[in-house]
Amino acid sequence: MKAHPFRLSPGPANALPLMIFLLVGFAAPLMAVIAYSFMPARTFGLLDHPSFGNYIEIFGSNSYISFTWSMLYAALTVILLAPICYPIAYGMAKVFGKWSPIITLLFTIPLFVSENVRLYGWVLFLIKNGVLLGTLKEFTGLNLDGPLYTRWVVLMGMVYVYLPFMLFPMSLGVSMVPDEIRDAARDLGASRWQVFREVELPLSMPGVMIGFLLTFVLAVGGIAEAKILGGQVIIPITQDIEIAFTYAQNWPLGAALACLLMLVVGTLVLLVLWRFDLDKILGRRARS
Amino acid sequence: MNQRARHALIWVWTIAVLIFIYLPALCILLASLTKSRYFLFPIRRWGLVWWHKTFNSIEVHQLFQTSISIALMVTVIAVVIGFFGALAFARYDWRARPLYQRLVLLPIFFPQTVLGLALLLWFNAMGLPLSWHTAVFAHLVWIIPVVTLVISIQVYSFDPALEEAAFDLGASRVQVFREVTLPVLLPGIVSGSLFAFLLSWGNFPLSLYTDGADTTIPEYLYAKMVAGYTPGVPVLGTVSTVTAGVLLFGGYWLYTTHRRATTQANNE
Repeated sequence: MKAHPFRLSPGPANALPLMIFLLVGFAAPLMAVIAYSFMPARTFGLLDHPSFGNYIEIFGSNSYISFTWSMLYAALTVILLAPICYPIAYGMAKVFGKWSPIITLLFTIPLFVSENVRLYGWVLFLIKNGVLLGTLKEFTGLNLDGPLYTRWVVLMGMVYVYLPFMLFPMSLGVSMVPDEIRDAARDLGASRWQVFREVELPLSMPGVMIGFLLTFVLAVGGIAEAKILGGQVIIPITQDIEIAFTYAQNWPLGAALACLLMLVVGTLVLLVLWRFDLDKILGRRARS
Repeated sequence: MNQRARHALIWVWTIAVLIFIYLPALCILLASLTKSRYFLFPIRRWGLVWWHKTFNSIEVHQLFQTSISIALMVTVIAVVIGFFGALAFARYDWRARPLYQRLVLLPIFFPQTVLGLALLLWFNAMGLPLSWHTAVFAHLVWIIPVVTLVISIQVYSFDPALEEAAFDLGASRVQVFREVTLPVLLPGIVSGSLFAFLLSWGNFPLSLYTDGADTTIPEYLYAKMVAGYTPGVPVLGTVSTVTAGVLLFGGYWLYTTHRRATTQANNE
């Protein structure tokens, strides 16, 4: 096709609508949050004198407790999900064969049901006179209080909600490991553990790292688990942000807290995403 | 441990995790089948009363209407923009593509509650009144990138030589698009639409802050869970899960029969 001075080449031309949308729908709102975070407390406009007041208030407050909870729980979720998901990811890529799509679908369905509803299923299971304790009482006469509204249940809820976000990138990663290399390592006398450590893990690393990243980032912004399963035992940072926006009617303070969270999330995402070749991770399965 | 035992172990583990995943859905189903107003287990009086009540409620009809309107509008817009976005993502080589690919992923790697609040601020700063229209926009910010990614995976397996062959045979640009590109990428478009519809249907954090006085089903369910539980909550919860399952398995079934038909046609 002839080059035309006013016509974009096909790549940028196809990307244009999406880029414009993200500029208006993603970049601009984030700019608005940053702008609000410098406005005086309890104002709703953007026309006041900017100041660092909100940030100073945050550093003097106990918001760091919520920050710590969110980070800790997100990290624990990642640590727990890695060994839970790896065997399944391996199975989906190498063991399940014709059953693999069915199993993938079964893990996908919960993603489309609001997490509030799914977490409420756990409430029904764990609550006093619920499915677990009610049955126990019926058969043994024991009348227990149950683990609902404890920190452990919040953590379990996070493991439950974020499992697919670890599993799917991980399985893309595992499917990047060519069978020949693994077989060659076996033939050369490597033990199963050595094959895992020296061949499978390093070659599936891009998918594994993206799974870690996605899980951590979404978990650090998690709020429903603590609200529904946790009563008030922990307050995650997102809930602090929400309270500032709603009950406290202090948008600038909420915006400043959101900016600090975005700083953490943004740094992590940029660090990890820029390291890996996305074409390889997403395209490999289709091409092989 | 030999390979057979290891594979068996992987199967057992996967099934155990699936049970963990579906346990809450099962509890929700059980809770919807009681005749009584409160949830006490074991259930003494089973019945479908609450299913009848829920489906005959005008309020619930209204909720369905809002949720479906949002989801349909999101699906149409997300698939159109995502389709072209996916061509730029995976089909064409261009200089800024690596940067573009990462920018597209950013909204997916972002806490949704924060995104919802950011959009609330933005709509307020723009002076836009909140309604289900603004909720559509909010859903799109997250769903367009997901759809782009889903269609991209299909585009990666697309052979550009097909398009070139059609051009060589004298087809116009529009013809090539309609007769070659679109049909080959159809499975990606179908799964992209399914994802768009279902993700919008089940979304809570974005709707919560951006739809103003309009209410979607997940929002209604949350409000009811916090105050005023009735077994209508598990009824609607079960409906959501079953809808997602039916649509996904239906889509998969269509895809496999379609592929079997085309491979058969190619072999003849």
